[in-house]
Amino acid sequence: MVKRIDCLETIYEELGDCAVVTIMGAVAVELYSLGHRANFFYLEHAMGLASSMGLGIALAQPNRKVVVIDGDGSVLMNLGGLSTMARYAPPNLTHIVFDNESLLSVGGFPTATSTGADLAGIARASGIDDAKLVKDLDEFAGAAKKAIAGDHLACVVAKVEAVGPASFHMDLHLLENRFEFARALRPPLPKGDLM
Amino acid sequence: MPVSESSSKVVYEALRASGVRLVSALPETWLVHLIRMADDDPEMILVRLAKEEEGVGISMGAHLAGLQTAMLMQNHGFFAAINGIISGAMLYKIPLLMLISDRGFMGERDPWQTEGGKFTRRTLDALGIVQDELTHPDDAEGKVAMAMTLARASLSPVALLLSRGLMWEEPAA
Repeated sequence: MVKRIDCLETIYEELGDCAVVTIMGAVAVELYSLGHRANFFYLEHAMGLASSMGLGIALAQPNRKVVVIDGDGSVLMNLGGLSTMARYAPPNLTHIVFDNESLLSVGGFPTATSTGADLAGIARASGIDDAKLVKDLDEFAGAAKKAIAGDHLACVVAKVEAVGPASFHMDLHLLENRFEFARALRPPLPKGDLM
Repeated sequence: MPVSESSSKVVYEALRASGVRLVSALPETWLVHLIRMADDDPEMILVRLAKEEEGVGISMGAHLAGLQTAMLMQNHGFFAAINGIISGAMLYKIPLLMLISDRGFMGERDPWQTEGGKFTRRTLDALGIVQDELTHPDDAEGKVAMAMTLARASLSPVALLLSRGLMWEEPAA
């Protein structure tokens, strides 16, 4: 089975110009370990709301690509959010879901995807027409790159191994991340204008 | 429906004047006109939610992307959004203007609203959320503007309770 960090590596370059919102835990640490950028926001709590944040960014800045990197546990906490995302369907939004069928960072307890809940199916049934399930690395890279480059709301659910980093430490306080991210999404300050 | 359209208009115009460009909402009776006004306004982004907590995430994202927002919800919607408010908006220092219909308070005739009404203010107080009440159309614009100013300066949630006297035109029984 494919590893999440290998998946992230395949799309790291594509994330360069996007606003990226990740969930907490292994997803955040693994993306951070590949090289932090000011346009990466790691939502360290408020479980379930990364997708809602991505929707808010995509609606506020329709000219910027937005990528949400989510997990099965978080999506299951905000299934209604899929229907809201589908309802407004920002063409600049991509929703990537890593499904390791467990709540890895709190001890690996199995989620409902381990007993058959089908997140890509739920996304499609919520109205996200372009939602697909992928199970190997090439398939993921192709689907995710196409989704990010594409011109419609897309969801890619990738089945991944339930393994994560040795440590969850990140040398970046969440508030530092919050302020630098907001700054990165702003147009540059005009030179010589102190107002 | 005896929800005050004129008061709703005043509150909506106050939101526009305070710079709000995105409103998230989950319908309830007192909010119907406000939501329709947002829907009819081509310069306003209206996001209809499945559950209020989503609205916190949407406001967080929109704020970080430079857009001013407000949430329209019932007091029970506020209760439903609490984890997002604490572990999202408060943790990440996000200004969050919340307009909360004050159901279950004085004059409430619907028995099912009365339990929640006991806890609206106490819950806001427990969370340290600064609150005010919109009771009269004449001071709505000023109070909305001041609430937005405080939310933005403090990078915190601020609540305005929409009162029965403002939102409901039927005389109390």
